[in-house]
Amino acid sequence: MAGAALLGRLTWLATEVVDAVQETPRVRTLVLETRGWAGHRAGQHVDVRLTAEDGYQAERSYSIASAPGRPLAITVEELEDGEVSPYLVGEVRAGDRFEIRGPIGGYFVWDGTGDAPVLLVAGGSGVVPLMSMIRQRAAIGSRTPTRLLYSSRSWDDVVYRAELGQPAEGLEVFHTLTRSQPPDWTGYSRRIDDEMLGEVAWPASEEPQVFICGSTRFVDAAADGLVAMGYPPQSIRTERFGATG
Amino acid sequence: MSIISRGFRGRGHEGPPDRVPPGQYLTDDFPVLSAGPTPHAPLDDWTFTITGGAEPVSWTWDEFRELPSEEITKDIHCVTKWSKLDTVWAGVSVDTLLETVEHDASFVMAFCDGGYTTNLPLEDVTDGKAWVAYTYEGEPLDPEHGGPARLLVPHLYFWKSAKWVRRLDLRDEDEPGFWESNGYHLRGDPWLEQRYWGD
Repeated sequence: MAGAALLGRLTWLATEVVDAVQETPRVRTLVLETRGWAGHRAGQHVDVRLTAEDGYQAERSYSIASAPGRPLAITVEELEDGEVSPYLVGEVRAGDRFEIRGPIGGYFVWDGTGDAPVLLVAGGSGVVPLMSMIRQRAAIGSRTPTRLLYSSRSWDDVVYRAELGQPAEGLEVFHTLTRSQPPDWTGYSRRIDDEMLGEVAWPASEEPQVFICGSTRFVDAAADGLVAMGYPPQSIRTERFGATG
Repeated sequence: MSIISRGFRGRGHEGPPDRVPPGQYLTDDFPVLSAGPTPHAPLDDWTFTITGGAEPVSWTWDEFRELPSEEITKDIHCVTKWSKLDTVWAGVSVDTLLETVEHDASFVMAFCDGGYTTNLPLEDVTDGKAWVAYTYEGEPLDPEHGGPARLLVPHLYFWKSAKWVRRLDLRDEDEPGFWESNGYHLRGDPWLEQRYWGD
């Protein structure tokens, strides 16, 4: 059951930003070079610590976006009134340094393998740990049938839009845009509901494994809908984000 | 020696320093952390049980609500880094529950709807340090926050305040619970920043 990569203490490691990719107007990916990083499993997160010149420190947790074995990347959404996220999205540039420790979390992980189908359900920037899983699945050439149901406010808010537009074999991507849609939009245009889950989710009889990540309200709506479809609660792993500014 | 992050100033320390543990920030929200779907146990079927003593002891919901209760105002600290000051709860002290049980245990494992477990030294849940809480800010506890009843152990990281708690099992030995088996610290004292294994 033990899932974290390390048994010893997770120490703070100096990390350097080697690349910054603007994913959407409010979301940025930082590629990090970290000496001593022990590797991670898809779905885990890291703690980030920033230190001001006067010694003041702030810590937050961010999901890892990269596949295991690839250069470590986190994707951060800028939150209004946030303290750390505005710095990471708006201020940081290549060559800047801060500290991280991790990887953290041994439950919300998928190594990309298995015969049973996998359902990934993402709300907004909740797609980040699921993207690590999708990238891991592609990297190892997994044939596990996988579906991603991804809810965003608008087409411009879709993180990893180009990459998700060219899914690896056996991965199906379903978008829903809750606030505004492009003129020729043929996907879903509403919040996730039971009808949508009924159309997208694997039948419970196929014993799928589920990972849901998003806001509390989003996760509860998706998880409750799947339980009502007959999914055993134990087959549904969730990660909810609240205040992570 | 920490690395200075160019151009980062931050908000500076918020709140009284003796109430915000290291690495935490204050929030007015009440974020939710759960590993799976939110269980919805009907109160008619709800029982609370203590096992591991001389005899198992059990209460129905109505019996439990008739036990002497306390109002509790405490700061809470989540391992995901938010802290919330002066949260107000009502519930039954674990001391009150244990008065009815004959035992010589040193540890306890909490079992919850949804399969979640968490382990605690007995001394962390006795002497007025822990409750089984059923109201929050004067209202029945929402299912997403652990209703109908959750453990409340505010001096430890909040994952120890197990949601949807249904049973306490008294034990001689400490064993890791759910998060404790998944990378999180066995005890979880926020003032010692015991977040993860090895902290």
